[in-house]
Parts: sequence; structure tokens; C-alpha cells
Amino acid sequence: MKSVVAENLVKTYRKGSVKALDGLTLEVEEGTVLGVLGPNGAGKTTVVRILATLLKPDSGNAQVAGIDVVKNPKAVRQVIGLSGQYAAVDETLTGWDNLVMFGRLYHLSSSDSRARAKQLLEEFSLTDAAHRPIKTFSGGMRRRLDLAASLIIHPKVLFLDEPTTGLDPRGRMEMWGVIQGLVKEGVTLLLTTQYLEEADQLADDIVVIDRGRVIAQGSSDQLKNQVGGERLEIVVSESDLLASQQIVDRISHAVSNVDLGLRKISVPVNDGTQTLVSVIREFDTAGIHALDIALKRPSLDDVFMSLTGHVAEER
Amino acid sequence: MNAISDALVITKRQLQQLYRVPEVLIFNTIQPVMFVLLFRYVFGGLGAGIPGGYVQLLMPGIFVQTVTFTLAGTAQGLAQDMEKGLIDRFRSLPIARSALVVGRTFGDGLLNIVVLCVMGIAGYVVGWRPTSGPLHIFLGFVMLLFFGYALSWVGIFAGLISKDARVVGNVSFLFTFPLTFLSNAFASTTTMPRPLQYFAEWNPVSTMVAAARQLFGFHNIFGATANSYPSQHPVVTSIVYMVILMAIFMPLSVARYKNSGNR
Repeated sequence: MKSVVAENLVKTYRKGSVKALDGLTLEVEEGTVLGVLGPNGAGKTTVVRILATLLKPDSGNAQVAGIDVVKNPKAVRQVIGLSGQYAAVDETLTGWDNLVMFGRLYHLSSSDSRARAKQLLEEFSLTDAAHRPIKTFSGGMRRRLDLAASLIIHPKVLFLDEPTTGLDPRGRMEMWGVIQGLVKEGVTLLLTTQYLEEADQLADDIVVIDRGRVIAQGSSDQLKNQVGGERLEIVVSESDLLASQQIVDRISHAVSNVDLGLRKISVPVNDGTQTLVSVIREFDTAGIHALDIALKRPSLDDVFMSLTGHVAEER
Repeated sequence: MNAISDALVITKRQLQQLYRVPEVLIFNTIQPVMFVLLFRYVFGGLGAGIPGGYVQLLMPGIFVQTVTFTLAGTAQGLAQDMEKGLIDRFRSLPIARSALVVGRTFGDGLLNIVVLCVMGIAGYVVGWRPTSGPLHIFLGFVMLLFFGYALSWVGIFAGLISKDARVVGNVSFLFTFPLTFLSNAFASTTTMPRPLQYFAEWNPVSTMVAAARQLFGFHNIFGATANSYPSQHPVVTSIVYMVILMAIFMPLSVARYKNSGNR
């Protein structure tokens, strides 16, 4: 069953001068995670806002848990959770106050609201900080509290709009752990992100969007194959260039690309680490000194480059 | 009924905010008390010949000024909520669309109750003695509260249309400050230039001040050049003004809030 269906969504801002969505179509199967991947301005937030009933599309239609978001927004709000790019909680209040307040606004009884707040604070390792104002929280703690607030009613569908943007690496890892926990519990999740790695880690399926349209979709592996997976990049001195290229081609069973100006050899590899080790060993035997050697995983930029032929632009 | 209980949850949130940042409440009470002391002792001499002294006319003026000034706080508070991502969460909840704004007007109403009590005491200390009896005094305060409530809807609308919370507070003050001075609150309107006199007499602040004076048992000798209707019937005129303000700004605000996501 499809938990989220969006068909041909179009949305323009400022009287048509900015086209945020240009016929966007996507689906999320129940109990799965869809990663919506794209650069700033691609339309990620706009899709989420439409699906979460915050924004009306100019045309097209969308259902969440089988309910039409335009015709019956109030019913949709009863089955979704939303956590946006900015921690949407009251910063003056404590974590506890916030969760109890949102529980009451979901029409839980006073005692149920408190019980649920306690449970969520424990689940998200925030019990110690529960009675401190949010102002004093770290970025990662804020996001976790924000996520907790969106889970109060056990939503059928959860929307996370760039849940780790602006977090430091540690906060990002913590957040991934929390999200992976939710996924295990079987929540249906639509997640937007600018990071291929994040979509790779968390999502079952990925759609790549650019300028308000889906430009590619599939599993993370399918996309990576489309992009070409990992690349080995080696920089050597000019005199070593030819010998190095021969070694690289032989080991990788592929034809490498050589940038003479940068003295860089670049080749797609399947088993990156293995190839890397073999190349270094061969270089050693041949007495070649590599100035730089690195395995490059495809980034969002690479995905964009190979899918659209242009770099990921901000609008 | 859900709409009311949702709004009350928002009101409770505002009280929790006051508890967390008590400076807001302290500043909100210190400022009017300061006005009471300044006007009472700087301009007190103006009221030579007024029965009971200038302070009897001053206090209703300052009460009205204070509830008028809270409009800026309402606007600023709401504008802050709109700026942060918080508003998106509220709008994604299955609650009445009016809850956030109605809840805030209730909260500001409660704040006004506290502030009016403190000022009433301050007024008593500096010699204000209403003469009309408990019922009328009570009615006077109730009317002041409703006046503040009606004005808070203007603040709500200002907060909703503003783009920056810091600016909207200052802009609101630029309107409310002259509004409270171009009135009979502190000085007689009869000594103002003619065009200002008309403005001052029909100014809702003046009618409310006159209504409060009447309910507290003082003759309003500060208004009324030509026995105009508002100066003759200040209570009725004030009630009409409140109804008009709410009839305009309540639906405007709720409509504006509903569409606020589409910007």
C-alpha cells in the first residue's frame, strides 16, 4: 500500500516568478523510507510543506495515508508528524513543558500528555535535560526534542525536512541512530536531505530532485551504479604518469582518465579498498611515489553532474 | 469546545514563558508604575482646583495608556512565533486555526489584569481615591480589560503582517504613543489646536479614559469642547469602539493566519 502519493505537484511563489515545483511526482510505500535528495532550492521543503498541509499546491494532488491533503487537511494532521529544518519548539520553555504542551494540542488528556512526554524524553536520552529551557540545549539535543515532539501521537507518516542540516558530525551520527531506530519500528518516513551519504544510510528508495522535478529514482545502489560508484584518484609526478596509468588500468580492469595538467589519474572502481591497497603495493614495487591517493565516493555534486550535466545550483 | 481548550493550552504556554523570563512581567509593571510616579509628581501641580487633585484624573489616563501599550507586546510576541519554525509545527497540528492567536490574546489579557492590579495599588499609594463605590470601580476595571483585549487584536494583526519581530514592536509603539497623548489622558483637550481637538475627542483612548473617570466617580473636566457625543456618552462610545475594533481585526487576523503559510 502507498502511504504517500504525490502526483504532478506544481507550486509557484511570488506570483509565478519562482517555480518551486514543476510537476513533481513521488510515492512512498507503507513502512519504508523515501529519501528526497536535492540541492538547496530544488523544491524539497516545498514538497514536505504541501504533504504536511502547510501549503496548498497550485495544481496536482497528493494523499497521505489515503487522505487528500487539500480536501481534508485536518484529518491528515491527525496522522502525520513533521520535523522541519529548524527546531520548531518554544525555546523559552523546557523540553518537558514543550512535549506536554504539544501532547495537549494533540488532544491527549493531561495525564497521558505527561506520560508520553516522560516516555519520549527517555527514548531520546533527554531525561537529564528535561527541565532546562531549550535555549540551553545543543543543536543535536534540540533536533532530538523536535523529533520527539513530532512523534507524540505515533504518526502513521513522518516527514523530516533536512533533519541533520547544521548539525556537527557527532550530532549527525546521533540523529541517524535515532532515525534508524524509528525505521526499525516500521514508521513510514519521507526524509529530505542534501547529503547522498545520509540518503544512503537511511533510505530504502531515493528520488533525486532538481528545479522542482524528479530527475532520477531508485535504490541507493541503483543510483550509485548510474553515477558510477566510487572512483580512485591518484596524483603522481609527471615522469611517473605513464607507468602509473598502466598499473592502475591493469588492476582496475578499466580505462582510466588522465588529467595531464593536474597529473591526476582517475578511474571507476568496484571494490575500492581492495584496489587501493593493490595499487599502493604495485607502486611500491615499481618505485613510484604517489603525491596523493584517494577513494572518492560519489557526492551529491557527482550525482548531479552525471544526471543533469550541471552542478547542483542554489536558487 | 476544542477551539477554546486549544487556545487555553497556548495561554498556559505564555504563562510558562513569563515564569521562565520573569523580566517581561517585571518590565511590564515597572514602566506603568514609573509613569504614575512621574506624572503624579511632575504634572501634579497642573490640577490646581480639581477636587481630589490631578491624580484623580491622571490614574484613569495611565490605566488606559498601559493597556494600549500592551498592544506592542502582543504584536512582537506573535511576530516572534511567526519568524521561528514553531509556527509550522502549530499549523501542522490538528488544532483550531484560531487557537494560537486567541490563546495569545487571553494571555495578554491575564497580563493586563496583573498590571492593572499593581497600578491600582500604586495609584492608591500616591493618593488616587475612586469615589463611586465597589461595583462601579469593578466595572471600570472590567471595561479597561476589555478595551485592552479589543486592542490586542490590533496587535495580533500587526504581528501577523510584520516581517520582523524587532521592528513591529517599535512600529506599534510609534502608533500607540501619540495615540495616548493626543487624548484627554494627561491634559485637557480644550487647549490643543482646533484640528487636534477633534481628533482627541473622537480618539478611542479619550472616550475610554472618560468612561473610566466616570465609572471611578470623577467628572471628566479634561474633555469636551462642544459637548460632543463621545464626551457626553463615553461609556457607550467606548463599547462601540471595542465592538468595531474586534469586528474588523478578529476576522482579518484569523484569515491572515490561515494564509500565512502561502507567502
